[in-house]
Amino acid sequence: MLGTFEKMDIERKLLKKDSLDKLFEKIKGSGRRILAPVQKDNMITFEEVSSPGELAQDYVQTTLSAKGAVFPRCEELFSYKFEGKDVKVEERKSEPKPTVIFGLRPCDAASFAVLNSVFSWDYQDSLFKSRLEKTTVISVSCAKADEYCFCTSVGGGPGETKGSDILLTQIESGDYLAEIVTEKGRGIVALAPELFVPAPTEDKERYLVKLPKQFDLKTLNEKLAKNFDNTELWIEQSLRCLGCGACAFVCPACVCFDMQDEANKKGGVRLRCWDSCGFSLFTLHTSGHNPRSAQSQRWRQRVMHKFAYMPERQNFIGCVGCGRCSRLCPVDMNLLEHLKEIVESRD
Amino acid sequence: MEELRKKARELLETGAVKVVIGYGKGSGQNARAVFVRKAEYADKLICDESCVQNLAVYLTKPEVKALGKPAIVAKLPVLRTILQLAAENQIAEGDLVVLGVSPDGKIIDLQNFKAIEDYVAQFPFELTPEQKAEIEKIGKMSLEERWQYWQEQFGRCLKCYACRAACPLCYCSRCLVECNQPQWVPAAPHAIGNLEWHIVRAMHLAGRCTNCGDCERACPVGIQLSLLNLKLAEEVLKNFKTRAGASSKAEYALGNWKEEDKENFIK
Repeated sequence: MLGTFEKMDIERKLLKKDSLDKLFEKIKGSGRRILAPVQKDNMITFEEVSSPGELAQDYVQTTLSAKGAVFPRCEELFSYKFEGKDVKVEERKSEPKPTVIFGLRPCDAASFAVLNSVFSWDYQDSLFKSRLEKTTVISVSCAKADEYCFCTSVGGGPGETKGSDILLTQIESGDYLAEIVTEKGRGIVALAPELFVPAPTEDKERYLVKLPKQFDLKTLNEKLAKNFDNTELWIEQSLRCLGCGACAFVCPACVCFDMQDEANKKGGVRLRCWDSCGFSLFTLHTSGHNPRSAQSQRWRQRVMHKFAYMPERQNFIGCVGCGRCSRLCPVDMNLLEHLKEIVESRD
Repeated sequence: MEELRKKARELLETGAVKVVIGYGKGSGQNARAVFVRKAEYADKLICDESCVQNLAVYLTKPEVKALGKPAIVAKLPVLRTILQLAAENQIAEGDLVVLGVSPDGKIIDLQNFKAIEDYVAQFPFELTPEQKAEIEKIGKMSLEERWQYWQEQFGRCLKCYACRAACPLCYCSRCLVECNQPQWVPAAPHAIGNLEWHIVRAMHLAGRCTNCGDCERACPVGIQLSLLNLKLAEEVLKNFKTRAGASSKAEYALGNWKEEDKENFIK
């Protein structure tokens, strides 16, 4: 059972800014590693840290998501040895290190449930689940947003607690209002209960950025159903798309993967790596037929999968509105703009 | 800009071209590629400092080719790429209309490849002071330091292939890394897979890359890709006295044999 997604009464405490150092110490002392946003050159990525002093400051969103903590970009599934005519397979024993991800945004926190909806669907992915079980999420709510953010349009929000074990909201004094959302969150508090003091009766709303909804999901769904065969729409939207994998790889909710066998005469390994439905060979069959041979078909697939098929089959929207795909797209595809265009299209 | 829009309108109205590949307003301060097919939409075209993408990448893209004969808004880097694509028989004289744009934003009438060659010759390719400094810095490193430097750079690589997708000279419909019988280059984003990918791509571009820098701009994790290509371009110049993007009839330095080629490495 994944405790992260159980509904519980949320406890409110105050975590003083100066207590962060001690908290990090206690977390590390408990045998957990801490992944947090670190700035290097122009990029902010989740790296292993020891102290809050290493944290990136003053940004809207990290460059890459924290997806790699539960679904690595490249992971070994098993290894094998050739012994004469026999093959000896060695299952990789998944020993994920207990991890605290600190400083996630609420949109990213919500993305773990989206990933899980696929990895716990018709097949229980033990590698993913064992990592997720050992991961604790301490998110920080959003005081700022940029034009690429649209969490509120996909059921999220700058102060949403979904998917977080603890949600921190920085208040005027610089201290944090801490919402202890789950059992795992309580486990962190238990490491240093003296650091979590009674909270003032402040409402966190005034510290959150106001992000109006940009489109209606139900309307989007209806329009998507009507426009599957509207080839012109999909061609227009995707003419500038170059078919790289940047959007899929930076997306916290994208799960598609590729299997690679790397072996020599003695044996080898089977690896699972990130893949993207935008690649031209993504759906190439061994027969040579490719049902999605045009970029417009692949673009349609991306939008449909996230906003039509996943809600239908997994009951989850395949997007958390973090905006990374649009910020990092080399040709400025801007997903939000495309979605609004679909919603506002005439019937 | 108005001159550009006027020219675009004319070309579309007379049916001289079916699409004008240019820049339009994008998100925030960015420009984005636009494909204007109706004369009344020519007003979407802009041309300023925000317009940096190498549009020549669309000349070999099947979905864009399907639109019909294009006109292409071409600043200097795009002009060099057009010449190189012509040298590699990817485009022919008359396949496209080139709307040249000078460094100070004026429209240049370039009727054929010779005109482009003559124009481009006025602006010999030169490394910027920053690029020179970076290359020198790496050049001064010991082999071990250089290895560590590139291991750190390539360590970030996700194998998203944005570099390949953005590059106008990476037009192979089936890239080497997509061949799996055998898997020449590991597809996985681990240390050796990343190293091999970037080295192979740099080598496949040596003598062909026109140094537009789009690969580096496209990379979501900020790998300093252009340094590899810049360095190799200098090496090709030194050893073969040629640089890509200067002529529509250039020969591929690494694929041609000439009598004067040194063979002193054969022992």
